Amino acid sequence: MEKILVGLKRVVDFNVRVRVKSDGSGVETDGVKMSINPFDEIALEEALRIRERGEASEVIAVSIGSSEAQQQLRTGLAMGADRAILVTTDSAIDQLTVARVFLALVNREKPDLVLLGKQAIDNDNNQTGQMLAALWERPQATFASTVELSGSTAKVTREVDAGLETIEIDLPGVVTTDLRLNEPRYVKLPDIMKAKKKPLDQVSLEELGVQPAQGLREISWEAPPQRSKGVVVNDVAELVAALKEKGLV
Amino acid sequence: MSKILIIAEHDGASINPSTAKCVACASGLPDAEVDVAIFSNEGSTLAAAAASMSSVRKVLKVDQPVNEHLLAAILAPQVAAMAGDYSHIFGPSTTFGKDLMPRVAALLGVNQVSDIMSIEGSHRFKRPVYAGNAVLTVEAPSDQPVVATIRTASYQAVGNEGSAQVEEFSLDASIPDHTRFVELSAGKSDRPDLQTASTVVSGGRALGGAENFDIIYKLADALGAAVGASRAAVDAGYVPNEMQVGQTGKIIAPDLYIAIGISGAIQHLTGIKDAGTIVAINKDAEAPIFEIADIGLVGDLFTIVPELAEALQK
Ligand SMILES: Cc1cc2nc3c(=O)[nH]c(=O)nc-3n(C[C@H](O)[C@H](O)[C@H](O)COP(=O)(O)OP(=O)(O)OC[C@H]3O[C@@H](n4cnc5c(N)ncnc54)[C@H](O)[C@@H]3O)c2cc1C
Ligand SMILES: Nc1ncnc2c1ncn2[C@@H]1O[C@H](COP(=O)(O)O)[C@@H](O)[C@H]1O
Repeated sequence: MEKILVGLKRVVDFNVRVRVKSDGSGVETDGVKMSINPFDEIALEEALRIRERGEASEVIAVSIGSSEAQQQLRTGLAMGADRAILVTTDSAIDQLTVARVFLALVNREKPDLVLLGKQAIDNDNNQTGQMLAALWERPQATFASTVELSGSTAKVTREVDAGLETIEIDLPGVVTTDLRLNEPRYVKLPDIMKAKKKPLDQVSLEELGVQPAQGLREISWEAPPQRSKGVVVNDVAELVAALKEKGLV
Repeated sequence: MSKILIIAEHDGASINPSTAKCVACASGLPDAEVDVAIFSNEGSTLAAAAASMSSVRKVLKVDQPVNEHLLAAILAPQVAAMAGDYSHIFGPSTTFGKDLMPRVAALLGVNQVSDIMSIEGSHRFKRPVYAGNAVLTVEAPSDQPVVATIRTASYQAVGNEGSAQVEEFSLDASIPDHTRFVELSAGKSDRPDLQTASTVVSGGRALGGAENFDIIYKLADALGAAVGASRAAVDAGYVPNEMQVGQTGKIIAPDLYIAIGISGAIQHLTGIKDAGTIVAINKDAEAPIFEIADIGLVGDLFTIVPELAEALQK
């Protein structure tokens, strides 16, 4: 195959303990570490491995968001993506519009495979790949734990509630990644230097001709109900007694 | 009035309990009229089961050979063709619903509300974001159908006092042939189901090997419990993926959850927030799991767990 398109979303790093702002207008992001969404790093790693096996010739990293997302795209280029596209938007956009942006890029770049994360760990939506596949009228293989390509089809094993499901899809199509698909490589310093020379194009939503959808209105943010700290028991006998008292055993 | 269509999840033989939880959620909408759709190759038993769910008005049955395996790409155009004048179309936040519903939403040209945990109005919902570190209230446009997945751990399944009518539904949808089912390898287990069990015992990285999980299984047997695991235990290959609990695994709400050799990372905790009582066994008194545990016991799991299993058997 020729091209693989990969989505790289800029999100609050998974190690950060996110806090809701006291005025309920959102979460605290000032001075917070931002990273590539972990599932997207896995998507990029998979694309790179496919290219390195000689099964694809170009990997294009895409991010939709503010100009700060250039950082994540540069990291993606340092990991090994050939070029990057930043679709700039001033404000947060809804997931259907994001899917429309990917569709516009798909129509422009004509990739054989689009690899996205199964979910962005900020909004935990788990929607974009499925929406893109619907709009593109192509197959989707979500929550992938292995991807095997052969000619114009892909065999994908999916992590589902019952166990592992294998499906076969015709290409082009959309695959979304689960955590066990691979372990992403670390970026080395010389690669960061090299990545500075790789192409990073910027294009606006309007230039792509994307019609924004009607989004969900954010009404308010609140901290989740907290569980209170319980008791510490000293031994198994006390534990069993405590469970009996609650009527649990 | 709210007219709700729920897409039933099933394995061909029986309906997944997630469906009755979606019904419970849907009945909380103003003036709810709840219908359930069964897509399968031969769904009369399934439809009868859905018809007996309390609060269900009508069961719509679509029997087609292509529906033998519930593939999102094949189901989505059928659901879209059924959407008609429904104000809400719901599916469970299981891997089945998460795969299907966004595809339906895109076909209908609307956004999807993921993981509804509470209904605040006909178009206003609460949902967890940031691995459960925040709860966001959203409002969907009132002039469009609401397509949503329901966070099943937030709801109790409705009972079986219903007697809805079953209707054969004929629809006109073009079904793609670009997606084919190959196989499902499901772990065979006689133990209670992780997503519905009232007691769950989970093991973490500290178990150190697949063989060592035996002590977890023995404790689970003594309690009649289902067995779960942390991501680290699954990644290390101690147990299969379907046992993972957490943000990217299963979100569960048992009456009793026992976390053994699990540190309590935020991504794990988001999967057990709704548990009745959380017990933690960990050798590190500073482990974050103790901050949310109702009962904590500090010590070596390899001595505590066998002792506990024995004490409970008596
Ligand atoms: C995007 C993303 C999604 C994720 N999703 C999930 C998810 O769905 N579910 C999930 O679980 N994780 C998830 N994780 C991983 C999570 O961040 C943690 O890495 C993981 O939960 C750690 O597993 P653990 O507690 O078993 O291992 P560790 O953190 O290594 O903890 C092991 C614990 O065992 C204790 N211990 C060691 N030896 C003994 C002994 N002999 N006796 C008693 N205690 C002992 C230690 O004190 C320690 O607290 C996700 C991570 C990311 C980035
Ligand atoms: N703004 C974005 N920029 C780049 N990729 C995105 C963006 N939003 C979503 N994606 C991709 O879609 C996946 C699923 O996101 P979501 O549906 O929001 O959970 C992510 O893992 C990314 O691969």
